[in-house]
Formats: sequence, C-alpha cells, structure tokens
Amino acid sequence: MILGLPPHSAVLMSSVIGVLVIASISCRLLMLKHCDRDYTELWQRTLSWWWMIGLFFLVLLLPKPFTLVFIAFLSFMALKEFLSIVPMRLVDRRAIFWAYLAIPVQYFWLGIDWYGMFIIFVPVYVFLFIPMVMIIIGDTRGFIHSAGVIHWGVMLTVFCVSHLAAIYLMPTANTDAGGIGALLFLLVMTQFNDVCQYVVGKTLGSRKIVPKVSPNKTWAGFLGGVGIITLLAAAAGPYLTVLTLWESATAGLIISVAGFTGDLVISAVKRDLQIKDTGRLIPGHGGILDRMDSLIFTAPLFFHYLHYLYGWAGNA
Amino acid sequence: MLDRALKLGFVLFIVRPLVFIWLGLNTVNRHTLPTRGPAIIAANHNSHLDVMVLLALFPLRDLHRVRPVAAADYFLRNRYLAWFSTRVLNIIPLSRKVERENSTKLLTQCQAALDRGEILIIFPEGSRGRPEVMGRIKKGIYRLVCERNNCPVYPVVMRGLGRALPRGTARFVPFNVDVVIGEGISSFEGPQAYVQRMQAAYTALTNLCITSECVDYEDRT
Repeated sequence: MILGLPPHSAVLMSSVIGVLVIASISCRLLMLKHCDRDYTELWQRTLSWWWMIGLFFLVLLLPKPFTLVFIAFLSFMALKEFLSIVPMRLVDRRAIFWAYLAIPVQYFWLGIDWYGMFIIFVPVYVFLFIPMVMIIIGDTRGFIHSAGVIHWGVMLTVFCVSHLAAIYLMPTANTDAGGIGALLFLLVMTQFNDVCQYVVGKTLGSRKIVPKVSPNKTWAGFLGGVGIITLLAAAAGPYLTVLTLWESATAGLIISVAGFTGDLVISAVKRDLQIKDTGRLIPGHGGILDRMDSLIFTAPLFFHYLHYLYGWAGNA
Repeated sequence: MLDRALKLGFVLFIVRPLVFIWLGLNTVNRHTLPTRGPAIIAANHNSHLDVMVLLALFPLRDLHRVRPVAAADYFLRNRYLAWFSTRVLNIIPLSRKVERENSTKLLTQCQAALDRGEILIIFPEGSRGRPEVMGRIKKGIYRLVCERNNCPVYPVVMRGLGRALPRGTARFVPFNVDVVIGEGISSFEGPQAYVQRMQAAYTALTNLCITSECVDYEDRT
C-alpha cells in the first residue's frame, strides 16, 4: 500500500501526473516558441486538467465514503446543468426538486452495498414516481415532454454516472489494484479514447462518419481510436482490473465505441438546443456534461461487462 | 467595521456557497465587473436572489463598496429584515411610491454614495415582474448619471433565477444561472437614447446566455 492506495493504482496515478507534467511543459514550450500564436485556450485546458485530476486524486486518497459523495456531487452538477439547458415549464420545478432527491438515495444504496436496489431504483421507482408528482401538480399541457426530459436527464446523470461509484465499490479479486484500479482504467481509457479519436481524425481523417451531428468526426478517427484503445486496454487491463488479456481487449473495444457514442449524443443535444457548450464551469472545456459525455456511456457498459463476467462478489 | 465584517461573513459563508454550489453560474466577462466606484450595475430583475448573485461575484476586498438599491416596502418590511438589509446587505432603501420628495431624497443618497466611490446595484425595471421577462426600463439611472461624466453604467443580464426562486414561492430549486456582464457605458445623449442603448445592450447580452427560457404554455392561448 502506498498512501493507502493499492500499488498498481498508485503507479497509474503517478503516470497520469507524469503525463500531465509533460503536457504542461510542452504547452509552455509551444507558447515560448510561437509568440505570435494564441495558446491561451490550450493552456487553460491544461490548467483545468490539473484541477480536475488533482481534485479527483485527492478524493481517492480519502476514505471510500468521500469518493461516493464526490461522485454523487458530480451527478448533482450534471443533472442541474442538463435541466438548465433544456426548455422546461415553470410548473416542473416541483418534479425537478424530487428528481434531485433521487441522487442521495441512489448513492445511499451503493453505500449500504444493496446492488439489487441500486440497479432498479432509477429505472423503476423514480420512473414511476416523477409522473405521479406531475399529475398532482396537474398541468397537462407539455406533460409528455416534461416527464420524458426529466427521466432522460436522471437516467443520464444519476443512473449512468452512479456506475462510476459502483465500479469503485465492486469487490475485486485483483487486490493489487483494488476498486480504484478498475475505476482508473475506465477513466483513463475513456479520456484517452477522446484524445486518440481527435488526433487520428485530425491527421488522417477525411470521410465523415456522422456529418449531421458532428462535422469533425471521421471514420479514420473512430477506427484509429478503437484500435489504439483496444490494444492499450489489453495491455493495462490485467494490471488494473480482474480481467484477463482477451477480456481486457474486449473491454477496450466496448469503452471505445461507447465513448464515441456518448460524445456524439451530447453533441446532438447541444445541436438541438443550438448551444456550443452545456455550461461554463470548467475553463477551456465548457460544462460538466461536455467533460463527462463519453463517461456517461462507458461507465454503465463497462460495469455491466465486469458484472456479467465476475458478478458483484468479484469472482465468477 | 463590524458591519463590514457582517457583510463579508454573510457573503463568504452563506451567499457564495448558495450561489456557486446550490445554483451554479455561467459567467461571461467577469473581469469587466468594476471594483472601484463610482459605477452603476444595471441588472435585469427576476428574483430576490439577483442581488445575492451579484454580491457573490465581487472580490471580498471590494465588497464594502457595493450598495444594492432595493425597495423599502419589501426590504424594510419588519425590523428584523430592516436590520439585515441595512446592516448586513447595506442597501440604499428605495421608496417605490412616486412622490417628488422621496425621489429627490433617494437621488441625493445615491449621489452621495457615488461621490464616495461606491458601486450601486440598480434594477432599472423597478420590480421583479414576470419570471424571465424583461420589463420596461425606467429612467432613474439616467437621472443619476446625466450630470456626471465619470460614472459608467454596466448592463448585466441574468437568466435562470426566475425559475430557481420565482415570485411567491419558498421552494428554492437548483438551476444553473447565466450572468453576462456588459462593457460599461459612460455617457448618454438623452433619456430616450439611454433607454435605447440599454435595451440594445440587454438584447446583445441575452444572446450569450446558454440556459433555456421557461416554456410557458398559458401564453399560447
């Protein structure tokens, strides 16, 4: 144990910090070399990465309940952001208030290790409860739209995001990495997938994959990302998770395709609302949904892949 | 000194957590916000929280210079609220009854504050009105600045507070709030030009908001 962290996770965390240091130095060098060009946004993005990774690693160093509360808070901010950008009726305030209350409850089930309730709470109880609140309010004009939007938002930002905490708390046979290992594996693969798809797409891409949703996404970027992440996951999976080599490669494939999809789904939401960013919380990145778009899709799929293979107890 | 500490503590421990955690701000051009007076912040008015959001944005060391101009009939309603409004928020009470005597007194108070280099927060619509709908701009600010040449007026547009805490409710629901701060405008050619320029500024700033407006189905019938 290093600082209370499982050794493999500590190694990964140090490497992430290492990459960040190299990125920051390169950014500074670029700024010195090309004084004529404007690198403010790149630098702002890098600084924001320091903040996000620093804060998250700090939380991981604390006892488990802190991580649970931290991820619950991410859900809160994401749900708030979503419900602020989508047009809603003023009367929906009351239903929305109840939707927020679903957050502590959903994370409470994880806290007391009740997997069965964790997995059905949002799709069953919240799903049926919100329309009930709405009929008590009684305004039927726009009812379907509001009920749909609130539930979709809660699914994305509470149900899907809470799977991050589930991956962290899930017992694992790989005690050298612990739950942190699986969580970091997911986070690093998801974020690096974004980077790979962007870089490969910029350098090689020409044929657009979904021009109506995002004109910047190309087939080359997508396939390049899938290839790199599958290989990388195969290499890192056995070290950080309970998965074998081939299982890890498949996990990489799932994360890569799901991450790509999540990114596009939030893009489609923004395009529909005619906004560029979902918020202005993170300088250089946009809102919290802009940052978590891929994770919203990768977290549940990776969790259920692990759960399918090894079950909640950590061994098949 | 005690009043200054009260205001500082209130903003630091209550207003800021409420505004930055319970709500959440999408701030544009925070750096244009003046930290030295004389200056006037002319914001749109949706909710009692408008003042709180603006107070949360100022650096703590400049906070004592910020004076909200607020309705006496509401903020001095009873002695507890009056104590809070005058000692903690440090408001300049505004009587909304239209009497020449009152309006001259108010102008004198505001002028004195501006002379001391303070920053006034004024809501040119007068009252909160319907949530998220900009009302008619009144000309009080013009009367304040027309004889000064050193007092910029900063138009500020906020959106989202009208549904976080609309008029007549106590349920405070979290929503993100846009705060778009415009460049200071220093001189106006006349009262009509003042209204037009402010209106144009509000329209331009509103375009930078990213939160959505409320859909109000009653309007369509």
